Amino acid sequence: MKVTIVDYQSGNISSVINSFTEVAKGKVNLEVTSNVNKIKSSDKIVLPGQGSFKSCVDSLNNINGLIDTLKEFAITKKKPLLGICVGLQMFADVGYEEVETEGLGWISGKVTKIDNQNGKFKLPHIGWNEIEIQKESKIFKDIKNKSHMYFVHSYEFVPDDRSVILATTDYSTKIVCSVEKENLFGTQFHPEKSDKTGLKIIENFIKL
Amino acid sequence: MVILNLMIWQRRLMLKNRIIPCLDVKNGRVVKGINFVELKDAGDPVEQAKIYSDGGADEICFLDITASNENRDTIIDIVRKTAKECFVPLTVGGGVRSIQNITDLLLAGADKVSINTAAVKNIDFVKEASRKFGSQCIVVAIDAKKVLENKWEVFTHGGRNKTGINAVEFAKQVETNGAGEILLTSMDKDGTRSGYDVDLIKAITDNTNIPVIASGGVGTLDHLYDGIVKGGASAVLAASIFHYGEYKIKDAKEYLNSKNVSVRL
Repeated sequence: MKVTIVDYQSGNISSVINSFTEVAKGKVNLEVTSNVNKIKSSDKIVLPGQGSFKSCVDSLNNINGLIDTLKEFAITKKKPLLGICVGLQMFADVGYEEVETEGLGWISGKVTKIDNQNGKFKLPHIGWNEIEIQKESKIFKDIKNKSHMYFVHSYEFVPDDRSVILATTDYSTKIVCSVEKENLFGTQFHPEKSDKTGLKIIENFIKL
Repeated sequence: MVILNLMIWQRRLMLKNRIIPCLDVKNGRVVKGINFVELKDAGDPVEQAKIYSDGGADEICFLDITASNENRDTIIDIVRKTAKECFVPLTVGGGVRSIQNITDLLLAGADKVSINTAAVKNIDFVKEASRKFGSQCIVVAIDAKKVLENKWEVFTHGGRNKTGINAVEFAKQVETNGAGEILLTSMDKDGTRSGYDVDLIKAITDNTNIPVIASGGVGTLDHLYDGIVKGGASAVLAASIFHYGEYKIKDAKEYLNSKNVSVRL
């Protein structure tokens, strides 16, 4: 099996590479690339994302044919794809960080700033928070409800269809922190930084 | 009353207060080492980071006190090795003064970098760094010393150089310029083991809206409690209480939990 981490020159993906390498250890062929042909021949894709919504979308657009290739992979062929942090947020139709920016439109909804209740909650939402699992998913196999995951973000994905929500976390409001729609999976938290529990989620994705 | 409110608040808060052990590294070796019996090599930063991470540390912080350009490859190598074994966030500080320094550390596997002197010299560097890499990985380290009642001044170069800059004003400025967190060290308290400068922490947390990591002066577990509950810090950083094996990370967490401070157990 070939798992590809999409390296589209946006932010720091070293930790994603390190954690997937740790889990994959000899079992899975792991590639880190933006080469569209290599992406096409993959079995699974990981779409990381750091920085702003706009900068990530811009970076995807900067690589010729990348968005079309990802779309063909995820939407037409319906092969498994995991979006992490802004990687998940980009599933949305639109994001409002910096300026209104069109997203990939794979799961309808928008990305807006977390309501910090006039400064009552500090932003970014940084640190370990509990996840409340809303429905069963293969990527949460053997993950206990209220497990701790590591978060760093100021914006949240608000899907139109609440049935895609796998888990929420409590910070000012119930923030959507994981989604699943058919072959699309996403986590707002960073499994690659969430210790053994995070590595387990990565393993679950690899084993899908 | 304020303390009582904070206690109720703490109980409700799902986001956990972080415990961050800090390792001072000089020329590739840990200076204040952990005194744990299970250590094979007391000076190896990678091995120590792994022990902390396995012991439940919420993040790991390396402070490179060599801080000379010639030795940057040494810290980068340590970060690279640590990042392959520790799957919790890793912050690296000491001598970070250019975009290239940050790029090198992030590529090696650091999740955040901490900027100190370079931020004081040129606040635009903070802005440029946070624009390029995102606020989530830019921590500004502020070293402050008390000059008057309720007035603190920023110091640089490990507390040697006075700047005349008001610490509270500077903290507001780093927030405006895109820092994701503030690592706040009291130079009066650092190394004394007599507790944090709680008034300083409170002055900064009251005047900013980004997470503050308290540092400098921890000698007992109660000091960690004060930093969080009385000072309002989101995270507490400590070195010697963990290094000398007096307390493990687990002890700190269990203690805080017993006092209704929310931590990741």
